[in-house]
Amino acid sequence: MHNFELVTPNSVADAVSALSGEDAQPLGGGQTLIPTMKQRLAAPATLVSMGGIAEMVGVCVDDDGVMVIGGATTHAQVAADASASYPALAALAGQIGDPAVRNRGTIGGSLANNDPAACYPAGTLGSGATIVTNAREIAADDFFQGLFETALDEGEIITSVKFPIPEAANYQKMLQPASRFALTGVFVASFAGGVRVAVTGASNEGVHRWSAAEAALSANFSADAVPEAPSADDLISDLHGTPEYRANLVKVLTGRAVAAAG
Amino acid sequence: MTSVSMTVNGKPVSGDVEGRTLLSSFLRDGQGLTGTHVGCDTSQCGACVVHVNGQAVKSCTMFAAEAAGAEVTTIEGMANADGSLGTIQQAFQDYHGLQCGFCTPGMVMSAAALLAENPSPSEAEVRHYLEGNICRCTGYHNIVRAIMAASGQEVPAVAAE
Ligand SMILES: Cc1cc2nc3c(=O)[nH]c(=O)nc-3n(C[C@H](O)[C@H](O)[C@H](O)COP(=O)(O)OP(=O)(O)OC[C@H]3O[C@@H](n4cnc5c(N)ncnc54)[C@H](O)[C@@H]3O)c2cc1C
Ligand code: FES
Ligand code: FES
Repeated sequence: MHNFELVTPNSVADAVSALSGEDAQPLGGGQTLIPTMKQRLAAPATLVSMGGIAEMVGVCVDDDGVMVIGGATTHAQVAADASASYPALAALAGQIGDPAVRNRGTIGGSLANNDPAACYPAGTLGSGATIVTNAREIAADDFFQGLFETALDEGEIITSVKFPIPEAANYQKMLQPASRFALTGVFVASFAGGVRVAVTGASNEGVHRWSAAEAALSANFSADAVPEAPSADDLISDLHGTPEYRANLVKVLTGRAVAAAG
Repeated sequence: MTSVSMTVNGKPVSGDVEGRTLLSSFLRDGQGLTGTHVGCDTSQCGACVVHVNGQAVKSCTMFAAEAAGAEVTTIEGMANADGSLGTIQQAFQDYHGLQCGFCTPGMVMSAAALLAENPSPSEAEVRHYLEGNICRCTGYHNIVRAIMAASGQEVPAVAAE
């Protein structure tokens, strides 16, 4: 790993100014960034740790019933602290990687990374959440822009994420046992205004909504209403599964999520 | 180089680190605590698991400077005060929970974190909790049995018996 300077600010304002330097990058839990740096696929000059910024840690529900999760909150904390108010999201966080990864990895790091097989992008897009940064608010529908691409600008920090809480929701993850990421995963959330279905680990374009299923489930929220599997065109092909296998998984996991959401 | 201080196995320690110094390197190269093993470069094997402020973390995937001021426990801190094996370590010996022993420090540290959270886990919960600890030798059954024994519960038979 190339050397760098580690900065540990304790406010968002200090972090933003530290990030204005040349080749500076936020450090969340490091569960993606550190292995990437070991491979020299990333070589920042400065890492700005989010870990000491108290205002970016925690889970709460605001007066409008919206759940707000600080950008530096670990997966383990969300699994524990969101379980009463948004159990489907807590369960998603509790299925990420393994206990040691969950004790360090953060929601902000996961969303900023936007791995095509990651879990949080599905929960965030499926909930219609809003990503709050030091500069602005970005709707999940505008945030995810393809493989490892997001709407974030250089040096922009995810300070929190706001989740409207659905009436019913569930995440189904088909585990890729070697990486422990999702081989394919589906997050379904039913709101008074309609149903959202977000799919991860399937498309070469990254996390996306399955609109045919959203329309069918908005009319009839039952596992029988899930439409035929989506087209396999442009789905991921690797040694773990063909595009056709993944297309079928999208359908099956959507049905299971609806059944489990109840 | 900057100086970093933390408590390791109850003793205050400090040392000079670079930004990139991993907690695993600080413990092994800086403190001579070579019980913490490094088995991969991809954060997947769990041989390096230690506790930081009571939580299991992969010491290869955390910078030493991030542990400034923390309470760190490594496998060297798991023995009893008189130097005899701690309960979990003894159970690994009794139930043949290791062969080459490379994964064992991480297994014991993960097991200790599990039992602190959940003192009487089911066999399925033990297996699930160990998802991030890879063993190339044992086939896991005896590791699971050792942890069940260490928790004071009945030890399940394995399929081969
Ligand atoms: C063995 C293993 C298994 C895993 N399994 C899963 C899984 O099943 N599902 C899953 O979804 N993920 C999985 N992960 C990834 C894990 O969830 C990571 O925690 C996550 O992808 C990155 O979060 P982090 O906080 O560790 O970020 P880091 O690794 O620190 O950073 C990742 C990227 O985000 C940027 N960043 C970090 N914080 C912020 C912020 N607040 N604002 C803006 N940018 C930021 C960094 O600059 C970097 O580019 C796994 C990882 C490992 C090692
Ligand atoms: S050495 Fe493999 S996970 Fe740390
Ligand atoms: S005993 Fe050899 S790797 Fe587990």
